Amino acid sequence: MVVPTLPSADVRVDFKLIADLVAPGSRVLDIGCENGALLELLEQTRGVDARGLEISPAGVRNCVARGLAVIQGDADSDLDQYPDQAFDYVILSQTIQATRNPRHVLENLLRIGRKAIVSFPNFGHYDVRIRLLLGGRMPVSSRLPYSWYDTPNIHFCTIRDFVSLADEVGATVEKAIALDVNGVKLPFNAPWWVWNLIGAQGLFLLSKS
Amino acid sequence: MSTVDTAELERQERLRRHESDAPSSPVMRFGPDQPLRLDGGSSIAPWQIAYQTYGTLNEARTNAILICHALTGDQHVANDHPVTGKPGWWTTMVGPGRPIDTDRFYVICANVLGGCMGTTGPASTNPQTGRAFGLDFPVVTIRDMVRAQAMLVSALGIDTLFSVVGGSMGGMQVLQWAADYPARVFSAIAIATSHRHSSQNIAFHEVGRQAVMADPDWRSGRYMEDGVNPKKGLAVARMAAHITYMSDASLHAKFGRNLQDRERLTFGFDADFQIESYLRHQGMSFVDRFDANSYLYVTRAMDYFDLAADHGGVLAQVFRGSKTRFCVVSFTSDWLFPTSESRAVVHALNAAGASVSFVEIDTDRGHDSFLLDIPEQYRIVRGFLTGAARQRGIPGPASAVAGE
Repeated sequence: MVVPTLPSADVRVDFKLIADLVAPGSRVLDIGCENGALLELLEQTRGVDARGLEISPAGVRNCVARGLAVIQGDADSDLDQYPDQAFDYVILSQTIQATRNPRHVLENLLRIGRKAIVSFPNFGHYDVRIRLLLGGRMPVSSRLPYSWYDTPNIHFCTIRDFVSLADEVGATVEKAIALDVNGVKLPFNAPWWVWNLIGAQGLFLLSKS
Repeated sequence: MSTVDTAELERQERLRRHESDAPSSPVMRFGPDQPLRLDGGSSIAPWQIAYQTYGTLNEARTNAILICHALTGDQHVANDHPVTGKPGWWTTMVGPGRPIDTDRFYVICANVLGGCMGTTGPASTNPQTGRAFGLDFPVVTIRDMVRAQAMLVSALGIDTLFSVVGGSMGGMQVLQWAADYPARVFSAIAIATSHRHSSQNIAFHEVGRQAVMADPDWRSGRYMEDGVNPKKGLAVARMAAHITYMSDASLHAKFGRNLQDRERLTFGFDADFQIESYLRHQGMSFVDRFDANSYLYVTRAMDYFDLAADHGGVLAQVFRGSKTRFCVVSFTSDWLFPTSESRAVVHALNAAGASVSFVEIDTDRGHDSFLLDIPEQYRIVRGFLTGAARQRGIPGPASAVAGE
């Protein structure tokens, strides 16, 4: 799913953080893999068996032309087809907020993969809050460039919202990282409410026992 | 039809009849000790398979690509056709520097079992009677075709194919190869195809066969001995089929309601419209390069194709444990083998945990798109083969040519 809430894929710092969560030589499915930049990074640096799912024909074409195994499809309708525990990791990067049924998607991630890696823009970030509180309008910024009426991001959530959804579907948070507006990891630990305020993105490693 | 040179067409028909027993391409002959076992229960021996090759087999024998042709195709993928003199049917895809790069790969294409260009089929001479098999030839299946190809590939000294590639009926063979010989197929490209022939497609084929059999010159399939050819029936079959290979949008764009060499309607049944003239030409030029009985047999083989039926009705079961890397391609305007059928294959491959890429290409040119000059298709095949070659440890195709 092409959701340009962040700088272009090739310079995305958060990809390196995601790659660090992935064990070498594992089987990985990247949902919403765009032009395959993360898959290629994982293939090259972690030696993984990389697969992708991408909704835009241009994205799929680029991926296949790069030699990646990617199919055209979307997170809402095509995940049911995958068998249980087919992958070591299922990655959903910057996409969950654009799905029709985020809960079902998250459940599918945890079913298909032994672990799920999910990142998303945090709607609880102070910048968003200020724009809404003081501006009185839905926030539009360089990171969230869409107006309310044409945004693909139909299910925004905050870091705390996501944590409670993870809890609801029975997932264990193995690792949680908050990133700043540049996609750089916040270099300290803090209670959820702090991260929820100053984190521009949440990045989670989840599993289901 | 004043543009059709009848003497030339008769010459072509004579050539074609000659090709069915003694093809101008290489041919592999299997004696009575190597019968071809058929799904229908019988077997054929002796039998032969005609094929073409391009490029050079590497020392490790790891760079062979098998191309599977469609219903009315043949082994002449990238060379001039021995009967019509026209260029091969996939010269844009196969050749030096092309996505299926004959500078890097050893490319094989064989005429299908039941065909009429040199592989044993109804037009071949039955050694027991000295006359053409006609309807004495057993009904064959896609799996029989693939079994014959596998024997050819073995006879050529190749164990594992780097890739098996085909569109339409060729794509059915690709999937059958992957199902029956998973260890011998490193990668597979199935274009504009399905895991089974749909009811609608069987219906169109039946219309074609009935048209052939309704021609008085068909003579219960014994036309060759009587020195006739059910040309009218086969031409009608081809006309009907040809419509299914295009789309409403492409027909409209190409012909609209334009009139053929006239200013106004004639109030008769001549080819007033360009589309009528075009279809008549398609029909007429087909009958001299294709055997009517072969058309019956090969369409029947497609009708019988249902990959899951051989595996308890569960398509995913077909590919369980497969190590083959798959690439599935469909076209938005293909209503004969619609994207939903390719998706069913992709879903089954996913469910089986197989490695698969899938792209739906946006074009208004219908089922025949796989044979047409569609740059997107070249990019995908080239990219997929590049990745697969890297995995196989062999040189991939040359990087893209200009305009791709």
